[in-house]
Amino acid sequence: MTLAATFLAAEGESPLLPHAYELVVGSFAFLVVFLVVGKILTPRIQKTLAERTEAIEGGIKKAEDAQAEAQRTLEQYRAQLAEARQEAARLREEAREQGAAIKAELREEAQAEARRIIEAAHAQIEADRQQAFTQLRGEIGRLSTELASRIVGESLEDEARQRRIVDRFLEELEGRPEAVR
Amino acid sequence: MTPLMLVADDFKAPGPSIFDFPPLFDGAPYWLTKPVLMALFGAVVVCAVAWSAFANPKLVPRGMQNLGEMGYQFVRDQVARPFLGKDAERWMPLLLSLFFLILLWNFFGVIPLIQIPVASHIAFPIVFAITIYVIKIYLGIKHQGLGGYFKNMMFPPGLPKPIYVLLAPIEFLSNLIIAPFTHAVRLFANMFAGHLILAFFSMVGFWFLFEKPTPLGAGLGVVGVIMTIAMTGFEMFIEFLQAFLFTMLAAMYIGNSLHAEH
Repeated sequence: MTLAATFLAAEGESPLLPHAYELVVGSFAFLVVFLVVGKILTPRIQKTLAERTEAIEGGIKKAEDAQAEAQRTLEQYRAQLAEARQEAARLREEAREQGAAIKAELREEAQAEARRIIEAAHAQIEADRQQAFTQLRGEIGRLSTELASRIVGESLEDEARQRRIVDRFLEELEGRPEAVR
Repeated sequence: MTPLMLVADDFKAPGPSIFDFPPLFDGAPYWLTKPVLMALFGAVVVCAVAWSAFANPKLVPRGMQNLGEMGYQFVRDQVARPFLGKDAERWMPLLLSLFFLILLWNFFGVIPLIQIPVASHIAFPIVFAITIYVIKIYLGIKHQGLGGYFKNMMFPPGLPKPIYVLLAPIEFLSNLIIAPFTHAVRLFANMFAGHLILAFFSMVGFWFLFEKPTPLGAGLGVVGVIMTIAMTGFEMFIEFLQAFLFTMLAAMYIGNSLHAEH
């Protein structure tokens, strides 16, 4: 290219040849930027970005944990509820059985009591009867003896007399309260 | 001889001399030129902007930190991670400094009044390229051993034996001599050519509309202005692309030295 050749020839200094002072200035500028931007500032933004990532991930993690916790609590409640239901059913069953047992026991007791009372009554009646019988026997003997002696003592002439004797006897009996008893 | 031809004969296209700068003022040291001043100014601006963004970073970003994080994440996700994988974070300080500084220096090419891409002076790309070159070789020998580094570089496994006769010298040349050279020259040449193109079109517009306005030349001047505007937009894209590319190649070289190519 003649154009390039004239370019290069024109000023006697090729644009492809670096000026020494520009190398120095360029190095200095790059070093300053590297120290300030690279060494001081980049670690700061890296730290912040890492913290941000962590914060976001931490937030997600926290939400997940909370959800898991809620799930766990729910399961726990469900288990407890089921257990409580079972317990209630068991208690009801037990109460029913106990009620039945108590009823049976009471009935048996009542029957026994009734039997006992009846027996006692029977015994009392028997005793009373015995006593009455014994007493009556003694009384009848004595009265018969007395009646017989009266009849024998009086002359048994006529029927009217006899009847009078008996009537009198009976009246006397009525007049003696202890004899009636 | 038309009037246009006459005028065009007087028109002198800008040449490489537009990259030659005298000292800033009379009595200034010979090295204190506009590119040098802009290089230092760029470094200060990068530090200041980065400081305002990252000096006191918050968990919830606002303002400058948003912008800074955008830059950081771009370099991390598009440059560092694809080539360095899990080592990406460790090399971010270097790559981020490199990217920010080159990007701003490049953008100086289209910023009014500054209008000189610092990297159009080859010394600046050379500084970056040499830095990366030294790091590349140091890491290669450190991680793969002296023999291992050259063996992995020149004799990648899995090829028929005779191929190595050709491949070994090519790989040696491309890795150790051509790579750093193209690394620097690619950035330099893009900035150099871009600046030349912008200078040319703006010169056309200025010359034919203001310096020597003629009825025939006016059309050409308008084309020059329109092209200047269009090329400025294109230049901004190129300036970004070259900063990205330079940083990406740096990450690639470092990555290849850390882990031998499979």
